[in-house]
Amino acid sequence: MSAETTSPAGASDVTLYDVDNPAPVIEPPRKRTEKTPKSTRTNFELYGWLFMRLSGIVLVVLVLGHLLIQLVLDGGVSKIGFAFVAGRWASPFWQVWDLLMLWLAMLHGANGLRTVINDYAQRDNTRFWLKMLLYTATVFTVLLGTLVIFTFDPNIR
Amino acid sequence: MSTPTLDKHSAALDAAENTASHTIKVTFRIRRFNPEVSEEASWQDFELDIDPKERVLDALHKIKWDQDGTLTFRRSCAHGICGSDAMRINGKNRLACKTLIKDINPQKPITIEAIKGLTVLKDLVVDMEPFFQAYRDVMPFLITKGNEPTRERLQSPEDRERFDDTTKCILCAACTSSCPVFWNDGQYFGPAAIVNAHRFIFDSRDEGGEQRLEILNDKDGVWRCRTTFNCTDACPRGIEVTKAIQEVKRALITRRF
Ligand code: HEM
Ligand code: SF4
Ligand code: FES
Repeated sequence: MSAETTSPAGASDVTLYDVDNPAPVIEPPRKRTEKTPKSTRTNFELYGWLFMRLSGIVLVVLVLGHLLIQLVLDGGVSKIGFAFVAGRWASPFWQVWDLLMLWLAMLHGANGLRTVINDYAQRDNTRFWLKMLLYTATVFTVLLGTLVIFTFDPNIR
Repeated sequence: MSTPTLDKHSAALDAAENTASHTIKVTFRIRRFNPEVSEEASWQDFELDIDPKERVLDALHKIKWDQDGTLTFRRSCAHGICGSDAMRINGKNRLACKTLIKDINPQKPITIEAIKGLTVLKDLVVDMEPFFQAYRDVMPFLITKGNEPTRERLQSPEDRERFDDTTKCILCAACTSSCPVFWNDGQYFGPAAIVNAHRFIFDSRDEGGEQRLEILNDKDGVWRCRTTFNCTDACPRGIEVTKAIQEVKRALITRRF
């Protein structure tokens, strides 16, 4: 396509709008009014903000340690198998490590995506349903992961 | 250093005195919108012979007065005080009256458009009402309890220094309309409102700080700031806007813990 070729006096739009019949203006998304936003008077966003930084610090250790063990040490990925996982989860230390990593990463990631939805989704309905999908997926993954860590049976056939 | 004398003209001084020959040709590419003509906004080029030491506002004046009287923009003081003429010049929010043409590469067309995130009403004029609503919502006035003193309210120079930076705001909206969070969600208070809350929160004479902190603690308050630093870059008064927002966050956290 060629570059912009807008001529100010396009023949088609001359008669469409005039002083008494102006074109609609483009309103910004979710414009502030006298009545919105309503105040909620909770500390939710404060705790959410703090949680992102604190969980982030802990995740640096947990995630980097996890990646090191899984991908680098003892021959890298080739060693990973059912036996390797079973061996690690025999120790309560790695159970707690993985449980903590699961919960922190999921809540951290979910809250991060909540921020992204708040930043990008414009229509109230879109915001609501995207968040419902996010919360459902988060609860499902956290519960399933927790269940597996606690009920893992190394002798399963 | 020697004192300059009349008979010793430097080359620069000679050049400066020959103002007539000192203009260059500059193209101004302006985003036009007139709802009485079309629903579409479009770019229009204006060519101008102008001294590069002049400001973008001077160029807009020349265009409006000599070439196209329908060009619409706000300005009042023309000296960086009233905050009327914030606009997006070459993609950055600036005051037209504080931007010298020579500083923004006049070799290429200079683009000028309305600030983002607010309704464009005509050409460079936007509806500032949501911006001022956020300003009003942080209660930007002195709140005190008890009897009024008979003389002025005294304050030490150190206490005055604490919020000096944020007293400089001229409410031009360059910061708020440079914030990507505000672009997508007008419910966010935006940097300018927070700057003006900061100006009172950290004023030792004011007693409404708790209330203002509570307002900015809510879901569309300071926690929505993503430290992009666009606001600090945009502020024509050189206010450290992002820092002010972080100071409000810190005050909220130290208040709680
Ligand atoms: C490795 C250590 C990690 C650190 C230090 C860290 C730190 C942070 C911080 C401080 C934020 C907030 C940014 C802001 O408010 O602007 C954030 C956001 C976010 N984090 Fe993490 N995080 C880490 C790991 C993870 C992991 C493992 C996930 C995925 C499960 C994740 C997903 C996210 C998402 C989706 C966001 C929101 C995106 C955004 O704000 O732009 N992070 N992270
Ligand atoms: S803080 Fe700076 S950019 Fe923001 S409104 Fe005030 S003067 Fe303008
Ligand atoms: S015209 Fe007053 S600030 Fe530029």
